[in-house]
Amino acid sequence: MVETVFAPWEDPNASPLISFKNVTKRFGSFVAIDDLTLDIYEQEFFALLGPSGCGKTTMMRMLAGFENPSEGSMSLSGQDIAGIPPNKRAVNMMFQSYALFPHLSVWENIAFGLRRDGVAKDVLSARVDEMLKLTRLEKFARRKPHQISGGQRQRVALARSLAKAPKLLLLDEPLGALDKKLRQDTQFELMDIQEKTGTTFVIVTHDQEEAMTVASRVAVMDEGRIVQVATPQKIYEAPDSIYVADFIGDVNILTGPVKATGDDTYSVDYGGEAPVIATSERSFSDGQIGHLAIRPEKIAIHSDRPAAPNAVQGKVLDIAYLGNLSTYYVELPNGKIIKAQTANTRRISRRAFTWEDPVWVSWSATAGVLLDQ
Amino acid sequence: MPYFWLLALFLIPFLIVFKISLSDAALAIPPYMPTMKEGLGAMLSQLDFENFVFLTEDDLYWKAYLSSLKIAFISTVFALLVGYPIAYAMARAPTEWRATLMMLIILPFWTSFLIRVYAWVGILSTEGLLNRFLLWIGIIGDPLIILNTSTAVYIGIVYTYVPFMILPIYAALERLDESLIEAAEDLGCSRMKAFWLITIPLSKGGIIAGCFLVFIPALGEFVIPSLLGGSGTLMIGKVLFEEFFSNRDWPVASAVAVILLIILIIPIILFQRNEQRQQEAEQ
Repeated sequence: MVETVFAPWEDPNASPLISFKNVTKRFGSFVAIDDLTLDIYEQEFFALLGPSGCGKTTMMRMLAGFENPSEGSMSLSGQDIAGIPPNKRAVNMMFQSYALFPHLSVWENIAFGLRRDGVAKDVLSARVDEMLKLTRLEKFARRKPHQISGGQRQRVALARSLAKAPKLLLLDEPLGALDKKLRQDTQFELMDIQEKTGTTFVIVTHDQEEAMTVASRVAVMDEGRIVQVATPQKIYEAPDSIYVADFIGDVNILTGPVKATGDDTYSVDYGGEAPVIATSERSFSDGQIGHLAIRPEKIAIHSDRPAAPNAVQGKVLDIAYLGNLSTYYVELPNGKIIKAQTANTRRISRRAFTWEDPVWVSWSATAGVLLDQ
Repeated sequence: MPYFWLLALFLIPFLIVFKISLSDAALAIPPYMPTMKEGLGAMLSQLDFENFVFLTEDDLYWKAYLSSLKIAFISTVFALLVGYPIAYAMARAPTEWRATLMMLIILPFWTSFLIRVYAWVGILSTEGLLNRFLLWIGIIGDPLIILNTSTAVYIGIVYTYVPFMILPIYAALERLDESLIEAAEDLGCSRMKAFWLITIPLSKGGIIAGCFLVFIPALGEFVIPSLLGGSGTLMIGKVLFEEFFSNRDWPVASAVAVILLIILIIPIILFQRNEQRQQEAEQ
C-alpha cells in the first residue's frame, strides 16, 4: 500500500490558504513582527512556537483581524485580507481564556455565530447538535459555562469556534489552562477533530511538546521573526540554528573550528584532547567556526573505551533520574559538560555508574548536526 | 446582630410612623392623639384608617404621587443615558487612570448637597451663567426660562444622582473580560451588535442596581424640587414637608410617608423574587 504523505508545502503547484508577504507589525517603536513571509496550506495543523513576546500571538491576532499589519500583505485563499474586520472573515478563533459568554448556555454559546449569519432554525439546531456530538458535550447543552469543568469549557470553546465551519481555525494556547494529563488526552482529541473536519488549524503555543505532538509543521519564532519552519521531525533532528536546537528539547553543543576530512565529513576541534568527527550536508570551509549539536539520547555512556568514531573520557558529575530515563552529566577534561541519556529499560537494575565515576561517552559521526549559526 | 440594627434603625421607626398615621391630629405636644398616656389598650382602640381614606379623597395626593413617579422615572432614564457612557469610558480607560476618574466621580460628595443644588440656581436662572453664555455665543436671542420649571428639577436630580448610577455600572463593566467582545466580533458581530448582545446583558446587574439607587431617592426628593422647581412642580416629598411643618398635621404626613414606602417596597420585592427565580432556574 502506497501512502501519500501530506506535505503540500513541498508541492510547488499547491496554492497556500494563508500567505504572509513581508509582513511587519509595529506597536509604537516596538517591532512585534519583523518582515515575515510564510505560507500555510489547506488542512494543515500549523503550530507557532516560541517564548512569550516572540510575536506569535500578534500573528494570530492579525489572522483573526484584531490587528492589521503595518507593512506587507496578508492573504486568505488568494484574497487580500488586510483591513477586513474580524466579523467579515471566514476565520474563527478559540481564545486562550475560552471567552465563553457567561450569560448564555452551552447550546446558545455554540449557536451564537450561526445566529449572526441568520442560519435557518432547523439547520442551526442540527449544526449545534452536530458540534455537541463532535465534542461529546450533549449532556451539558443546557448548562451555563460556570457549571461545567475546565476541560468541558475548553471543548465548548472549540465547538463554538468550529460551528461556522471556518476556513481557518486559530487556537490561542488552547490547552494552557488544563492540567498535564487532560492536556495530553485533549491533544489527541484536537488532532482527531482536525482530521474529521478537515479545517486548517493554526495553533499558538509555548509548549514545544504540544507543538510537536499535534502539528504537521512547526514554525519556531524569536523576536518577531520565524527562525525555522519544518515538520516536527525535521525541527528536532535537523534544526538549522543553535536557537532552534536549544529551544526544542535538550542538546549538547560543541563549538570550534571545522576542518574537512572527506566528502561531507568534518572534524570539529572543540578544545578537547582530539577533534570530533561529524558528517554534514552543509558545507564548511576550513577554519570556519562550527557548532555540533547532539541530542543527549544519541550519546551512549560506557565504562571502557568503546569502538566508536567519537569517544571522549570524562567523569560523572551529576545524574538526573526521570523515571523512564536517566540523564548523566559528564564533565570532560576541558571542563565541558556533556549530557548523555539512557532509557531505564529494566525495572530493578543496579545503576552502572555513579557520581565521580570515570566514564566514556560516545556517538556516531551522523548523530549530530553541524551548524554554522 | 445585623437584624438588631435593622430592627432598631428601620422597623421601630417605621412602626412609630405607622402608629402616628393611624392617629388624629391634635393641638398638643406631640401634635397627635391618642398617646401611650392613656394606656396601650385605650390607645389601640382609638386608632383608625381615617387619614388613608382622606388621602384618597383629595386628588392633590395621588396627583403628587403620580407626578413624583413620573419625575423619578424620567430622571432615572436620563441618569442611565448619561451614566452608562461615563461608566463605560471609565472601565475602558487605562488602569492607571481609573482611580483618578473614580475620584472625580466621588469628589462632588465632598461639598454639601445643599450648596451644590444652590449652585444650579446660579447657573440656570434668567441671568445665570448658562443664559449669559448662550447669549454671548449668540445661539439664543432671549434668555431661556429654565429655573422654576420641571426641566430644572430633572437637571438637578440627574446631576445629583448620576454617580449612584455610574458606580454600580462601572463595577459591572470593569469585571467584563475584553476577550468576550472580541469573541463576539470573531463570531460575526459588528461592534454595535457585540455591545447589545454581550456588554449590555453582562452589565444588567449594575444597570438594575443603579436604577434603584437613583429611582428610590428621586421619588421622595424634597430639596431639589423646592429649590429648583418652583410652585408648578408637584412632588410628594414637598407635600409631605408641607403637611408636616406648615400644616402641623403629623398623622396625614405619616400616612403620606407610609404609602410612599409601600410604593417603593413593591418593585423591590418583585425584583428580588425575579432574581431568586432566575437563580433557582440556573441550579
